[in-house]
Amino acid sequence: MTRHRSIPGTIIFGTEEAQKGYALNRMCFSFNNAENRAEFLKDEEAYCRKFGLTPEQIQAVKERNVLKLLEAGGNIYYLAKFAGIFGLNMQDIGAQQTGMSVEKFNQKLLSARN
Amino acid sequence: MARIVGGIFTSHVPLIGKAIANPKLQQEPYWKPFFDGFHEAHRWLDQVKPDVVVMFYNDHGLNFFLDKLPTFAIGAADEYRNADEGWGLPPFPPTPGEPKLSRHLIESLVNDEFDLTTCQEMLVDHAFAIPLQLLWPGVGGRAIKAVPICINTVQHPLPSPKRCLRLGQAVGRAIASYGEDTKVLVVGSGGLSHQLDGERAGFINKEFDLECMDKLVNDPEALTRYSSIDLVELAGTQGVELLMWIAARGALGDLTREVHRNYHIPISNTAAGLLVLEPLDSTASKSRPIAERVTTAIA
Ligand SMILES: [Fe+2]
Repeated sequence: MTRHRSIPGTIIFGTEEAQKGYALNRMCFSFNNAENRAEFLKDEEAYCRKFGLTPEQIQAVKERNVLKLLEAGGNIYYLAKFAGIFGLNMQDIGAQQTGMSVEKFNQKLLSARN
Repeated sequence: MARIVGGIFTSHVPLIGKAIANPKLQQEPYWKPFFDGFHEAHRWLDQVKPDVVVMFYNDHGLNFFLDKLPTFAIGAADEYRNADEGWGLPPFPPTPGEPKLSRHLIESLVNDEFDLTTCQEMLVDHAFAIPLQLLWPGVGGRAIKAVPICINTVQHPLPSPKRCLRLGQAVGRAIASYGEDTKVLVVGSGGLSHQLDGERAGFINKEFDLECMDKLVNDPEALTRYSSIDLVELAGTQGVELLMWIAARGALGDLTREVHRNYHIPISNTAAGLLVLEPLDSTASKSRPIAERVTTAIA
């Protein structure tokens, strides 16, 4: 699907992904507004439907699964706003995506010093 | 005539905002090596006293969305406000604009064949606000007038390093032809290597970061051999923010003097870099004695 050179563990968010993920990213972009975040929390599925998410995207939202959200066309800049609703920081998200504990992920970051 | 007093290149990770809101954190071992790096930049700023900042930064989904996404955009507003970026944090204070310089840059750049989107209303995110907070602690964006120039890093294809360097060079020419007696600081906000998304999350490349910092001082042209996808591979999906550094460097002319640098791993998932450069060409000759004083002080 991606015509770019493949870089392991990396999706290049190109024009195709941008179209595929448009509804999902548009929903996450709406989370810049506190009222929208509250509305989402009140009824997640209804809020997802309002933005026209696909069943695959709704499922990934339900699971808070970042890799699945990326696969469904999510862009990390907008997904970061989604993650923020649940108080997840970038180390939590990094740990989830790499299948490590947060402690292990932090060690991985530190090891880049050498 | 306007002249560029120098360039400052810095990371802008949102987490830094937490340590800015709670300065006590800045003395903790996690933060101290990062914040201590700015003392020398503060001393240098006290001496060169810029009047206005031209800031290259990338929007992370506050002002721009995928509905209308410019590759290059420039602010032409009286004021630039920050806002909730989704995390409910209190917004950074607004920064006054310099619309006359904005208009000059727009006219000069478009005539120079750089076709930017012009914005009379423009929210600026942490990538714009945090560098100002780091450079003028406690005052931040209120300290100085600014013109933001935003480069797309959200949706590929991104502009190439070569194109960004050329844009910066055009900004340098535009500032040199600005008729006001204004001292301009150029800022490149972003990087260095980091990747937030995918199984490769947490990727950091110290060797490449240090090579880029070296090349930026006196051989920025060397970085034009990379494509933006090369930067993703070598610096991570968000490490491409190096494009901001390359663009800002372009404005400084061929040769620069390195006043100061700092490099620290990690802040959040990021290798945090800081670089302070002074131009060495004729337009900046007045600032040369200051550079000598500063470099002697840190030698
Ligand atoms: Fe960033």
